[in-house]
Amino acid sequence: MTTVDDRPAEQTAEIGRDRRRKEDQRLITGRTKWTDNITLNGMLHLAMVRSPLAHAKIAGINTDEARSASGVIAVFTGADIADIQGVNITAWPLSAEQKTPDHLPMPLERVAHAGEIVAVVAARSAAEARDAAELVDVEWEELPAVLDLKEAATDAVLAHPGLGTNKSAFWQLDSLEGGTGGDVDEAISAARADGIVIEREYRQQRLIPAFMEPRSTVVDPTGEQVTMWSATQIPHVLRFCIAATTGLPESKIRVIAPDVGGGFGGKLQSTPEEFITLAVARKLGRPCKYTETRSETMVSGHHGRDQWQRLTLAAQKDGTVTGLKVELMADLGAYAALVGGGVPVLGAWMFNSIYKFPAYRFNTTNYYTNKTWVDAYRGAGRPEATYAIERLMDELAVEVGVDPLEIREKNWIKHEEFPFTTVAGMTYDSGNYEAATARARELFGYDELRAEQQQRRESGDPVQLGIGVSTFTEMCGLAPSRILGALNYGAGGWESASIRMLATGTVEVITGASAHGQGHETAWSQIVADRLGVPFENVEVLHGDTQIAPKGMDSYGSRSLVVGGEALVRAADKVIEKARPIAAHLLEANVDDLDFAAGQFTVKGTDTRIGLTDVALATFAAHNLPDDVEPSLDADATYDPVNFSFPHGTHLCAMEVDTETGATKMRKYVCVDDIGVIVNPLIVEGQVHGGLVQGIAQALWEGAEYDEQGTLVTGSFVDYTLPTAADTISFVTDHTTSPSTYNSLGTKGVGEAGTIASTPAVVNAIVDALRPMGINDIAMPCTPERVWTAIQTAGATQDADMPSDAQPHFDADAPNQDDPGSTTEGAGQ
Amino acid sequence: MIPASFDYVAPTSVAEALAALAEAGDDAKVLAGGQSLLPILRMRLNAPEKVIDLGRIEELRGVREDGEHIVIGAMTTYADLLDSDLVREHAAVLHAAVKEVADPQIRHRGTVGGALVHADPAGDVGAPALALDTEFVIAGSGGERSVPAGEFFHDLFETAVGEGELLTSIRVPKHTGWGGHYEKFVRVAHQWSIVAVAAAVRVEGGTIAEAAIGLTNMGSTPLRALAVEAALVGAEATDEAIRTACAAAAEGTNPPSDLNGSADYRRALAPVLTRRAVLAAAGG
Amino acid sequence: MTRITVTVDGTSYSDEVEPRMLLVHYLREVVGKTGTVIGCDTSNCGACTVHLDGRSVKSCNVLAVQADGHEVTTIEGLAVDGELHPMQKAFHECHALQCGYCTPGMIMQAIDVLNENPNPSEEEIRVGLEGNLCRCTGYHNIVRAVQMAAGQEPPGDAGAGATADATAGAAS
Repeated sequence: MTTVDDRPAEQTAEIGRDRRRKEDQRLITGRTKWTDNITLNGMLHLAMVRSPLAHAKIAGINTDEARSASGVIAVFTGADIADIQGVNITAWPLSAEQKTPDHLPMPLERVAHAGEIVAVVAARSAAEARDAAELVDVEWEELPAVLDLKEAATDAVLAHPGLGTNKSAFWQLDSLEGGTGGDVDEAISAARADGIVIEREYRQQRLIPAFMEPRSTVVDPTGEQVTMWSATQIPHVLRFCIAATTGLPESKIRVIAPDVGGGFGGKLQSTPEEFITLAVARKLGRPCKYTETRSETMVSGHHGRDQWQRLTLAAQKDGTVTGLKVELMADLGAYAALVGGGVPVLGAWMFNSIYKFPAYRFNTTNYYTNKTWVDAYRGAGRPEATYAIERLMDELAVEVGVDPLEIREKNWIKHEEFPFTTVAGMTYDSGNYEAATARARELFGYDELRAEQQQRRESGDPVQLGIGVSTFTEMCGLAPSRILGALNYGAGGWESASIRMLATGTVEVITGASAHGQGHETAWSQIVADRLGVPFENVEVLHGDTQIAPKGMDSYGSRSLVVGGEALVRAADKVIEKARPIAAHLLEANVDDLDFAAGQFTVKGTDTRIGLTDVALATFAAHNLPDDVEPSLDADATYDPVNFSFPHGTHLCAMEVDTETGATKMRKYVCVDDIGVIVNPLIVEGQVHGGLVQGIAQALWEGAEYDEQGTLVTGSFVDYTLPTAADTISFVTDHTTSPSTYNSLGTKGVGEAGTIASTPAVVNAIVDALRPMGINDIAMPCTPERVWTAIQTAGATQDADMPSDAQPHFDADAPNQDDPGSTTEGAGQ
Repeated sequence: MIPASFDYVAPTSVAEALAALAEAGDDAKVLAGGQSLLPILRMRLNAPEKVIDLGRIEELRGVREDGEHIVIGAMTTYADLLDSDLVREHAAVLHAAVKEVADPQIRHRGTVGGALVHADPAGDVGAPALALDTEFVIAGSGGERSVPAGEFFHDLFETAVGEGELLTSIRVPKHTGWGGHYEKFVRVAHQWSIVAVAAAVRVEGGTIAEAAIGLTNMGSTPLRALAVEAALVGAEATDEAIRTACAAAAEGTNPPSDLNGSADYRRALAPVLTRRAVLAAAGG
Repeated sequence: MTRITVTVDGTSYSDEVEPRMLLVHYLREVVGKTGTVIGCDTSNCGACTVHLDGRSVKSCNVLAVQADGHEVTTIEGLAVDGELHPMQKAFHECHALQCGYCTPGMIMQAIDVLNENPNPSEEEIRVGLEGNLCRCTGYHNIVRAVQMAAGQEPPGDAGAGATADATAGAAS
């Protein structure tokens, strides 16, 4: 067989090309398969009965009236499905001693947060299910609820009386103990004697992921296997969780994540709703659907962040940092969620960020409260760390009396120092903080804006200008399995890919990553098109179905490209190697004499060649194959990363602050990110823009608030204030490139970068605007009222000496394992 | 997300609507544009037995001139009001306020009358209506009556429109030649007003000749800032003079404390926003 | 039950519906127009935006019975004979969507913005979209798409808007 492939040998490289997305056609025409669009014959609709109370005993549930209501097929309580409902497990107990309350999808005896489900109605229509749910009569015995994180630490009121404490676990990373650095206490003592000590307490408010598609689950129990469609980021992990806890064999469960409308960590969960829908479908033997309302999402889908951060930074008088001590209190809410207690730990390696700190200690103590459970939200642990250190570096710059960029440069790792092993023990392979910062500074017009700031200060302009800096790094590509194992995480961090060479010339790519807006179908096509030399259009990417993509660890933690992309490359390389002997046979050449490039096997020094797709057709026919070669080019690869990747960037933000009202307005935002090699710049820009707005929203707008009864008062989009187009601006983005050395493509990951970097840039800018008034912190979200109050308070108490430090200083030698709850001095609130 | 079940009628005249109301009694809800009612029904915060939809009553729609008044039918949508040159010319502050109501989709459906009768203190139509001395025309079984602006708003979600009655139109005295501005303060664009100020002023030769100021969300009803109005009349239309006149904008108010701001904060905002509103109204 | 007749995307449908049925549920469940989606229960998100007699409305905030005798256009009725509407093309071209859940409502509202004002400023576009929430894009490329559909020169690179395209200081 001879080649009929007449494409030019020199084709355009797909990697780096701003391909428009393959996903778009169905999304812009409304022909999408969201879970809630699925309707099956005889399908029942579920409605949940939820607890209005934060903590209560279930004294009784009367379902009689509901059962006899129109259209109702059945009503179940926890007791009715106890045998098959399973458990919502945590994958990351921080230690053997961790206290972990059982988390039943539908508790039988006691609810531990408002919104927990205690009964479910199955009816012929969604309206009838809702009507009947209103008729379920629950008798509650209210229990005292603990809502405040610091109060939880005192154990005065217990979220789970049976545990005897609210403390879930304590976890530490210490540079002295780990041999990666010095003694942080010594560094702080030395700085107290002759240097600078910055002590601050910052609040990471509780956030709600607020993906746009409410969660929905359809379960079809008919046939040999149970099929679950769910709006999830993690079909594979979900299948594992179901098999591990419900008694259904894993091989009998098929989980499909069809088109999924955003996640941001919020769909990185095995949810009570999924388990209940499964249990009801199995009990009734009929397909069932549950689609939540937005109000249910808000109270029941897991929340994010929620930490207090006590920070002590030690430095020499010239601003050289000598040590950093971090003490976190993390609110897990009512239960240890899937990643749960591990979220604050994901920040442990990032507080030292891009800096060369000689000594470091990170402690986190996690607590339970009677609020919605908390888990990963875009960035998960790393935004918290970045916020803390970037706020501190600004404070240090003020103490030393230098520009915030200068203090960072003094402490950061120089580009010639890579690879660099940090005080937290991570080895950063590549980066160039100088280049990113120089570019950002130029695009921002840094000096001009500083001049304007000075002018506004001098003229006493009621609108002051502030400039915020954030030079961040993050660890992406979760995660090397050995490291996860050492951290007691319940699974590995590999990813899987398969490539099927179809007879007619198209290529099926199966990935274990599960996209929900990231554009994998496009980017994966580009990677495979380049690697195999096939047209971009001829690559079809399949994902999100455990029967089609049986192996996978799904999408979160900026891992899909860095880990899943590498698996893809390896599978592609295997395809080429499987094709090589067949190509040699067809060309009647020696295997060693073949070159492969641009989709063609060529006999060295000749123009005799055959295209890979022709080899695929010949393999399919299998009429003329060499001996001992299987008639298949298909290949699988599972890749376990050797290290994380470390994107970085410099973000600069200018904020205008209306000192009369406290209102803030973004004037300009520039970011220059180094995310390694870029596969698709269009998709990358989109990820950056969206990430920025989520991070900016934490700084300015969002915060989940509970009242004293434990009711979520920001329980809808009326009160949980997401920004609109009218609240945001156009961004200036650019990139520098230091390829990752840990994977073949040189990629580093971008999904979370914008969110991680932007929050401190915004708050630093607001504080910078108000610094001359003696203000050094505003709690997030920086609402107009908080800004206004800070101005009023500062105006009243300000003395001539600037800057005054309104922050409490900590006890110099408080032991780290000390109960942080005993220190209740608040910061900035 | 699914309202409780209800019966539905869509009368085509005011008389029919009143008859339907009388028949249904207090188990009925009147559906105007529905932009506030439907969310309430969807969340099942209210479950009426009957919904009386005024959407098919043509006589309730539109803006017309009547001597020294412009008459706005209760079922006139925000969008139709914004398209009205009569409103722009004779009630500039109302036009400015309606531009700030919610978002375009809601302005396409929501009605002026529906909003006024709903009487959410954070709603944007009450304050300008009050400031412009609007008369409210209310129809009931006994015929029509007219209620002056000062007597229309009774309390949170309570107005002079009684059981069995309908607001049919509002009569806005022409404020021809007056400048108008609505200064709305929110944290994000799609929010209800935290505080807002409706300012209408008539400037003559650099001096404020007449002024009318309405405050949104500074109490359980829209409020009129009479002291500010008095201080403005005769003041020069300069930043300094207006600042002084507006200083007392929060006097006599009783603003709420909620997630978006404490009462003290709202009191602090009021004079600032009033000054800005008056300056803008005077300037344009 | 009430009988209604509604024209949806050019086809007339006549159905018995409960008065409480929302227009969005009618479109999705009775007519099968699942392109129109539900994102919230408070009429804040705009994901369910359709055109009712040519003007944008949130279809969760309209009863199906209110649409009786009226004409509805959904995202599924925009393309004519397979030819995408210029706004659909612009969203694709400018990468103005990621997960795509807000997209149907966003496109319907974006079209309404241009119907009202064929040559809006960036500020007018942003304010015109204030009733539509997107959690993925940060709105940047959505604004670019509306500008493109309006025939305006994008301020920067076609796809990435204000992106500065130079690569500085490549290292390692």
